[in-house]
Amino acid sequence: MTAVQYLRCLRGIVWREALRFLHQRERFVAALVRPLVWLFIFAAGFRAVLGLSIMPPYETYVLYEVYITPGLIAMIQLFNGMQSSLSMVYDREMGNMRTLLISPLPRWYLLSCKLLAGVCVSLLQVYVFLLIAWSWGIDAPLLGYLTVLPALVLSGLMLGALGMLLSSFIKQLENFAGIMNFVIFPMFFASSALYPLWRMRESSLLLYQICSFNPFTHAVELIRFALYGEVNLLALAVVAGCTLLFMGLAIYGYDPGRGMMARRRGAPA
Amino acid sequence: MRHLSAIAGLALIWALPASVAAAQTIYVSNEKGNSITVIDGKTLEVTATVDVGQRPRGIALSKDQKYLYICASDDNHVEVLDLETLKVVRTLPSGPDPELFILHPSGNPLFVANEDDNLVTVVDVEKGNVLAEVPVGVEPEGMGISPDGKVLVNTSETTNMAHFIDTSTYEITDNVLVDSRPRFAEFTKDNKHVWVTSEIGGTVSVIDTQSKEIVHKVTFEIPGVRPEAIQPVGARVTSDGKLAFIALGPSNRVAVVNAQTFEVEDYLLVGQRVWQLAFDGEEKRIFSTNGVSNDISVIDVEKRKVIKSITVGRFPWGVVVKD
Repeated sequence: MTAVQYLRCLRGIVWREALRFLHQRERFVAALVRPLVWLFIFAAGFRAVLGLSIMPPYETYVLYEVYITPGLIAMIQLFNGMQSSLSMVYDREMGNMRTLLISPLPRWYLLSCKLLAGVCVSLLQVYVFLLIAWSWGIDAPLLGYLTVLPALVLSGLMLGALGMLLSSFIKQLENFAGIMNFVIFPMFFASSALYPLWRMRESSLLLYQICSFNPFTHAVELIRFALYGEVNLLALAVVAGCTLLFMGLAIYGYDPGRGMMARRRGAPA
Repeated sequence: MRHLSAIAGLALIWALPASVAAAQTIYVSNEKGNSITVIDGKTLEVTATVDVGQRPRGIALSKDQKYLYICASDDNHVEVLDLETLKVVRTLPSGPDPELFILHPSGNPLFVANEDDNLVTVVDVEKGNVLAEVPVGVEPEGMGISPDGKVLVNTSETTNMAHFIDTSTYEITDNVLVDSRPRFAEFTKDNKHVWVTSEIGGTVSVIDTQSKEIVHKVTFEIPGVRPEAIQPVGARVTSDGKLAFIALGPSNRVAVVNAQTFEVEDYLLVGQRVWQLAFDGEEKRIFSTNGVSNDISVIDVEKRKVIKSITVGRFPWGVVVKD
């Protein structure tokens, strides 16, 4: 195998994912409307809720809509990660997956390309969202829009890998909706996306601990700090670690010889 | 949507801040901390905290910027802090409970509002004696002086008036009724208007200095904030007369007002109970004292953005910037 072939494969997968995303206009609109509803309606209603405290990376008091913007970026990526995995279940049912997996390139590479393709789509969504927020006066330092990019790639990979791992457990498309509800909502609400964790600690220590162990919290914080040109080392370590873990498990899960697919074959339908 | 129009200039402005504020120092009086906090204008970090008399509120720089005059309200005098040594070198008589004062543009005398005695005391800062006492309304507080030094405006909180005082005769020439609890008076540099904030009334009256008529009343409305929490206190107008900044007390906002159309253009979130404001010499930044959250906020004037909040002593009240 030559590098050219690897690249051609990557291009093909990314291109297909991008085309699919662009042709599904409703999906593009839905992906944007969801965080915008949170930003313009939910945040407007809760404007005064955040309370007055300065926490890093902010150097002064911020409005609630400024606080939740990184959380909503992560939400876009969370939904996108789950959605591109959903498409894998669909691909598997429709047979496209077979065409892909039959390629002579190693499976881990194919799956990584698939992940990367999902991340590219999420980046597009995130930057359009940031542009709309910016025109509304919710902005970060100019350089922050650049420094947030590596954080977005990493968090996108982690959430995509998680989706992929979950999709390896799922046999049919119908089951995925349940997982969406059982994974997306708890992950999103038990995180620092909507409220700072010290607030959570005031009401329940246990909840606070759950939130601090939630990898999604760390994805949010990684993005939050990166948007202000700073690195949150703990968040970086957790997100990088989880990415590797989820990816490893997903690759294992998609191995027909050993993984979940093999085990399922024996299970009753 | 103002961002869209600002896009071209943004990159340029963004590259500038490092060059701003070469050797500025910010001084903040802490009403309950009985101290003055000294902040480096460049690093925006606290470099010293100096213990002074009890309940320091109004502060002002001497004309040569070597001394800081401090109203030590509960000690019933004005202290003079040497900014070189950061030691109180002498005290000036002020009459009882001095709250806020203003220095004549020539550097002498000092006009002090005595909250409890319904007086404005005129103090010679060179000789250290009282030149005159002017009886005014109940609970005098706000003090503004015209750029030519000829007219002093004092506001009395309970009488709800702005008193125009002739500084050569120490006589009241006019009284203008404004909204409830006037706190602060600020002349525009062209001497045409004086802006008087009304804490309870929630308005700012812009008074014509010639006719003594109120030409406009600025009102405020902040989405999601109770109207009672909007209590205008400190006010500053840029020297080009284009913009005014109004501290809105417990609403935790500083309003940016177009000083020509009197439209409120922006509300900037700062700390709790924002009280007084001060520009730096170039008017690139404005500083607000936030009494309840014990910090000051630094606002970029051009970008209209709060860039940082810095913790100081307890109940920061007054602020000045030395260039």
